[in-house]
Amino acid sequence: MTVATERREPPRVSGGTGGTGHLEELRRDPIGLMRRVRDECGDVGVFRLAGREVVLATGAGANECFFRAPEEILDQAEAYPFMTPVFGEGVVFDASPERRREMLHNQALRDKFMRGHAATIAAEVEQMVAGWDDEGVIDLLDWFAELTIYTSSACLVGKRFRAELDKRFAELYHDLEQGTDAIAYVDPYAPIESFRRRDAARVGLVELVQAIMDRRAAAAPPADDDRDLLDVLMSITGDDGTPRFEADEVTGMFISMMFAGHHTTSGTAAWTLVELLRHPGELVAVHDELAELYAGGTDVSYQALREMPRLEASIKEALRLHPPLILLLRVAKQDTECDGFVVRAGQMVGASPAVSNRIPEDFPDPDAFVPARYLDPREEDRANPWTWIPFGAGRHRCVGAAFAMMQLKAIFSVLLLDWEFELAQAPGSYRNDHSKMVVQMQQPCLVRYRRRA
Amino acid sequence: MRIAVDLDLCQGHGVCESEAPDVFELGKGDTVTLLDLSPGEDRRAGVEAAVRFCPTTALTILEEE
Repeated sequence: MTVATERREPPRVSGGTGGTGHLEELRRDPIGLMRRVRDECGDVGVFRLAGREVVLATGAGANECFFRAPEEILDQAEAYPFMTPVFGEGVVFDASPERRREMLHNQALRDKFMRGHAATIAAEVEQMVAGWDDEGVIDLLDWFAELTIYTSSACLVGKRFRAELDKRFAELYHDLEQGTDAIAYVDPYAPIESFRRRDAARVGLVELVQAIMDRRAAAAPPADDDRDLLDVLMSITGDDGTPRFEADEVTGMFISMMFAGHHTTSGTAAWTLVELLRHPGELVAVHDELAELYAGGTDVSYQALREMPRLEASIKEALRLHPPLILLLRVAKQDTECDGFVVRAGQMVGASPAVSNRIPEDFPDPDAFVPARYLDPREEDRANPWTWIPFGAGRHRCVGAAFAMMQLKAIFSVLLLDWEFELAQAPGSYRNDHSKMVVQMQQPCLVRYRRRA
Repeated sequence: MRIAVDLDLCQGHGVCESEAPDVFELGKGDTVTLLDLSPGEDRRAGVEAAVRFCPTTALTILEEE
């Protein structure tokens, strides 16, 4: 934060005069609302979300202020009230930057674990396509959401836990993600259908985890090499010698560990495939790149960690056009400023990947799918670190970004080499459902697959 | 060449350490430590790879006049 000589009040966007301000518009057309803030107000503007004002930053300067702000000034913990009923009381949405770094060091996301994860992910994709006929139709949301339940549980909790999951876990998890209506800014427990389904889904997940814990408790202990995170949690006892964690807490921990990497990766996989099928020339380039890289018989676990410029560029472009998180939020803990504008304690401050990723000055032809913008010498992601923000930026930047890219590269290595795909709907009919804070592809979103000759 | 680290951005992924272990050290720390503030030209390839593959773009090479 720099000391500005003169701080101005940020302009307010039009509309939102009703009791809940712009809440209804946010639920109906969030990207339209946020674009209007930028069009009417510039890099910093204010809209109202029920009882709170949101200072929305877009553009490099304002975004840099947002992303560099320390925890004591812009706090993340209170900014996402819709997550509390999903995780359960007492499970936090996000850890402090210090704790995140610690997790990165000790846990599954560190560089040295990636090769093992790549092999696990490739095996999960193989297992899913083993159920396919020579040709057929899949729904992208259902298919990738189920796949990424298996990959994230296997990589983050362990293969033993993953082996005990089936489609039921994925379906319940989907209901949780759908229970993120922005009405939570008024009341996270409002009596609406999506919140009832959310709460029932959480109960259902606890029951599944309880059953797994019961089976383990009754069975002989696993070999040390097979122990997973659930075994570790079950082995921890309190002062009285009884197990420290009940199924409810364990489930909350697993839900929160898997959350950030689930709908995000699933949606990006779906959009990457749709955009490649809409742009056949790019698909050929990506397929040729894969065919060449794997010609020598190399393993996905090796290759997915190496450079794949064309595939990576297509994934990045899908992320730019269809960022899984469209609005990142913080709460101002003290009076501060954003790019020369006044921010008051208690206001929320937001940054929007959906808007910033399409600023025409930074990304020429911003609405077009142009993977070449990431290739040497353009490298528009590196050239615009504060506006190319599908993973956020700064101290809260997604710690799973490298894992996510590796995962997507492993998934498409298997899918595109062995299978051909085509759109099963009009190309323009694939779109996101923005009615919830967790953005997912709107169903139906069908594609046809066929085994390569 | 000299190296600049933006510690607001470093998350301790350790990619730089893998690319140029004699220049960057993570150890048990949260963020990277520079072992050599102005490494010689013989280190350039490793340092350039570290800058390029840093997941958070926290590293910059400052060329000396």
